[in-house]
Amino acid sequence: MYDFTPLVQAIQNYLSAHFSPGVATAIEWTLVILIYLAFYAVLGLVLVYVERRICAFFQLRLGPNRVGWQGTFQTVADAIKLLLKEPVTVNKADKLLFNLAPFIISLAALMVLSVLPFARGLQAFDINIGLLFIIAISSIGVVGILLAGWSSNNKYALIGAMRSGAQIVSYELSVGLSLITMVLLTGTLQLSGIIESQANGWWIFKGHFPAIAAFFLYITASIAEINRGPFDLPEAESELTAGFHTEYSGLKFAFFFLAEFVNMFTVAAIAATVFFGGWMPFHIGDWEAFNRIMDFIPPIIWFFIKVAAIIFLMMWFKWTFPRLRIDQLLHLEWKYLMPLNLMNLILMAILVYLGWHF
Amino acid sequence: MFKAIADYFKEIYQTIRGLLVGMGVTGKYIAHARREIITQEYPDNRDTLQMFERFRGEVVLLHNEDNEHRCTGCSACEVACPNGSIEIIWARREDPETGKKKKQLETFVYHLSMCTMCNLCILACPTDAIKMGHNFEHAVFDRSQLTKVLNRPGSRLEKGVEE
Repeated sequence: MYDFTPLVQAIQNYLSAHFSPGVATAIEWTLVILIYLAFYAVLGLVLVYVERRICAFFQLRLGPNRVGWQGTFQTVADAIKLLLKEPVTVNKADKLLFNLAPFIISLAALMVLSVLPFARGLQAFDINIGLLFIIAISSIGVVGILLAGWSSNNKYALIGAMRSGAQIVSYELSVGLSLITMVLLTGTLQLSGIIESQANGWWIFKGHFPAIAAFFLYITASIAEINRGPFDLPEAESELTAGFHTEYSGLKFAFFFLAEFVNMFTVAAIAATVFFGGWMPFHIGDWEAFNRIMDFIPPIIWFFIKVAAIIFLMMWFKWTFPRLRIDQLLHLEWKYLMPLNLMNLILMAILVYLGWHF
Repeated sequence: MFKAIADYFKEIYQTIRGLLVGMGVTGKYIAHARREIITQEYPDNRDTLQMFERFRGEVVLLHNEDNEHRCTGCSACEVACPNGSIEIIWARREDPETGKKKKQLETFVYHLSMCTMCNLCILACPTDAIKMGHNFEHAVFDRSQLTKVLNRPGSRLEKGVEE
C-alpha cells in the first residue's frame, strides 16, 4: 500500500519471464488500459452519486436514497438504464462527426488521467513534460464539444458549443498561467518530480501568498474550463435545454456525462498534485510523533482525501453561485483573472529569485 | 490613475467577500443537513404526516356528531366560485317544528375536477359551513368519482344557525 514499485516490478518480471518482450509489453498495455477504463467508469458512477447527494444536502433535500444502502446503487441503476436506451440519431445530423464527438471527449479525459500519479510507483505514464501534456490534452476536449454541437444540427446545441469554445479558449490562459506560477517553484514539469519537491512541505504552505492566490485562480479558471457551474453556460439547462449534448441519448449521452465528471476529478487531482503535495502525507516541521502517524496512512489514501476535499470545494461553488452571463464570463477572465495571474506570476518570480520561499 | 487601481482591487475584495458570504450560507446548510432536511419521505411517513394549517386539499362540509351541518343552502359559495365547481340544489320544505315553508339544502354537489382551491367559497360562506380539507390523495380511476356530494345522507341543519 505504501510503495507500488515492487508490485509493478513483480508483474514486469513475471511477464518478461514467461513471454517474449513484445507480447509482454502488449499484455502490460492491455492491463493498463483495462485498469484505467474500469477506473474511469467507477469514478464516473461514484462522482455522479456524490454530486447528487451533496447537492441535495446543500439544498436541504435528501437526494437519491432508495436503491441500495443510502441510494449508493442509484447510479448503477441509471447506468443500466442508459445502456438499454435507444441511441437516437437526428435525421439531418452529420452522422460521422455526431458519432465521433463522444469518443473524442472520452479520449481527452482518459489521456489526462494517464499521467496522474496516484501513489509512489502508481503512474501509468511518467513523462518529463507531464504538466504541459495535461494542459495540451485537456484542450482536445473542446474539439469534441464543438463537433457535438455542430453535428447535431440543432440551434441550442450550436449555441452551447460556441459558448464552450469561447469559454475554454479564454480560461485556458488562466489555467496555464497559474500552473506556470507553480512551475517557477517546482522547477520541473514532471509530475512525479513536482511531488518529490514537496517532501518537506506542500507548496501551498511553502509558497506563501502567491501560491494560495495561484490555487484559487487555478480552481476558478479550471472550473470554467471543465464547464461546471457557475460557469456551465455550454449546457445551461434553463436556456439551452442541455447545450451541446441536447441531441444525444443513451450510451453517447452517458459518455459526455462521464467525461464531465472525470474531468472534474482530473482538475482536482492536478490541484492536489501541484499545490497539496499529491500523495505526500501532511507533515508539520519537526513533530516526530505526529509525522509518524501521518506516514502511517498510505499515500494513495492521502491522494484521494485531497482530491475529495477539492471536489467538495468545487461542488460547494457550484451549488452556491448563480450562473454567469457570457459577457460577464469573458469580462471575468480578461479583466480580472488574467491580469491577476500575470501580477501573481511576477510576484512569485521575485519571491523565487530572492529565495523567500521555504 | 491610482484611484482607478485602488477601485479595481476594492472591487475584487468586495466580490470575494460577497462570494464568501454566499458560501457561508450554503455551508451552514450542509453543516445542518441531517437535522434540517425540508423534504419528507412521503409514502413512508403516510401515517404520521401532518399537513400545514393553511394547506388547501379539497372543500369539505363540516358535520358534527349529531350529523348536522351549518349549510343553509344560500348558494353564496356557488355564486362566488369562479369556475362553477359547486352546485347547490335546494328545495322549499316544511319545517317540522314551526310548520312554515323554508329554503333548505338538498344536495351539495362539489366537482373536485374543476376546483382550483382558490378559497373564495370559504370566504363567501356566511355561516362557516365549509372549510378547506387537508386530504391530497385524490387520484381515482374514473372521472365521475371526482364529483362528490358533500352533505352526508340524512344530515340536517344545525339549530341556531339561522337566527
